Amino acid sequence: MTCLPQTTTRKLGLVIDLDTCVGCHACVISCKGWNTENYGAALSDIDAYGAQPAGTFLNRVHSYEVEPANGCATQTVHFPKSCLHCEDAPCVTVCPTGASYKRAEDGIVLVNEDACIGCGLCAWACPYGARELDAVAGVMKKCTLCVDRIYNENLPEEDRVPACVRTCPSGARHFGDLGDPSSAVSQLVESRGGFDLMPELGTKPTNKYLPPRPKDRLQGVASEPAAGPSATGFFAWLDRALEKI
Amino acid sequence: MHPAPSVIVFTVLSGAGFGYLAFLGLGLSTGTGAIAFWQFALGFGMAVAGLVSSTFHLGNPQRALLAFTQWRTSWLSREAWASCAALLVMAGFAVAAIFFGRILNVVGVLGASLCLATVVATSMIYAQMATVPRWNSPLTPGYFIACALTAGAILSAQNHLAVVCLIGLALIQTVCWQRGDRRFTERGHSIASATGLGSKGRTRLFEAPHTGTNYLLKEFGFHVARRHAAKLRVIGMALLCVLPALILSSASGGMAVALAFVIHLAGAFVSRWLFFAEAEHVVQLYYGHQPQGATG
Repeated sequence: MTCLPQTTTRKLGLVIDLDTCVGCHACVISCKGWNTENYGAALSDIDAYGAQPAGTFLNRVHSYEVEPANGCATQTVHFPKSCLHCEDAPCVTVCPTGASYKRAEDGIVLVNEDACIGCGLCAWACPYGARELDAVAGVMKKCTLCVDRIYNENLPEEDRVPACVRTCPSGARHFGDLGDPSSAVSQLVESRGGFDLMPELGTKPTNKYLPPRPKDRLQGVASEPAAGPSATGFFAWLDRALEKI
Repeated sequence: MHPAPSVIVFTVLSGAGFGYLAFLGLGLSTGTGAIAFWQFALGFGMAVAGLVSSTFHLGNPQRALLAFTQWRTSWLSREAWASCAALLVMAGFAVAAIFFGRILNVVGVLGASLCLATVVATSMIYAQMATVPRWNSPLTPGYFIACALTAGAILSAQNHLAVVCLIGLALIQTVCWQRGDRRFTERGHSIASATGLGSKGRTRLFEAPHTGTNYLLKEFGFHVARRHAAKLRVIGMALLCVLPALILSSASGGMAVALAFVIHLAGAFVSRWLFFAEAEHVVQLYYGHQPQGATG
């Protein structure tokens, strides 16, 4: 049903730390791996070994350069982006078939691929580019928040998090209930000033981004390298003697 | 936005078809018997050809019947209902006119309302997209309705009314272009708000997430031939409004109507191509594209 739930019991989502992400794309690969082998149609590749490879991915890492106005050093910010599981998800209400839906119990936005006609309207409605129509299956693919991992009791407990979170080598991705103010992810958002992407569109994303910390500036360093302490006595003689050799 | 031929054909033909059916339903120059047969064949032909064309861009068209289920939230679903209801009611009206020589006024007015409701539903599929600022405006339904009514007025051989419609359409089209060019930046969307990094400093794309193309770039990253947009607008306006208005105000008769309609329809295709090709989606900001008319 494409009516959005009034409220959701929990708001499961990701917190992505732009300060910590090193842009290794491991989350992109683990996401593609898990979601090709498990839930729904495989994430297809077109011309994978040819001149112009293309494919479906649910998570992509952009890299940006930020140039501070105060003349501080320019920063490179790696920016992973996947479905933000918005509270007011415009992708859900536009769906004509009911394939796109938001779960009342945990807020996850999913696609029922058996009902998807591949019209693409949900991808048009998403400001974040979180949905890609699979070229082979003809159905819309999107992040499931690894719904087939997080509740999967066949997996060891430490693996019951989204594949991208489990694989991130720098700890830049955090998973939890953003509807619970006492949860670790909510505390992290609170303490680090987590923000929404494109808040002006009123989508109320669940996923939050933590800002990169400003880079340090070295204090009290002269522009010219200072002359070292000059030797005296025997060492001064030795210094001169060695120079002459 | 990618100007998919199937969607351009769909919106132009079904718009003109439903516009003509609406005029037939109102009894404006609606014939009976064989004349009515050819009139309704043209109206139904365009409307149905357009609707069939719209299924060509679906990934899984065999499940298209499911599109009737979500009328409470989805304009595409509402369009499916409105178009079927319009075609059914107008079919009853057409049968009475063709085979029994009777014009059923109440049925006709109901059918005409449903035809216009279908055009509004089609336009709302685009107008609801907050992610495409150029479309996200009441001007979009206005433009679609104006196109449909103009086509209907021309085909109904209501030459004076058609000229009035053509002038109205020219005004709406001009306002759509002028306001549309500014809307993206007026909304305040930028790479700064998209990434949330704007408060940290000037942000630019350093490296794209993938070296090849993808669905998002094919669907939303359409830039080809935008540089010809100004010329195409002049050509489009001439074909859509100016030439048909000149023909209909200086000549009458079947040939003038046919010529005016063919030229108008060609203009509608140019106009609709621009409607898609010039529309910019906010997701392009993540890929470092500057919206049209933006500075800095």
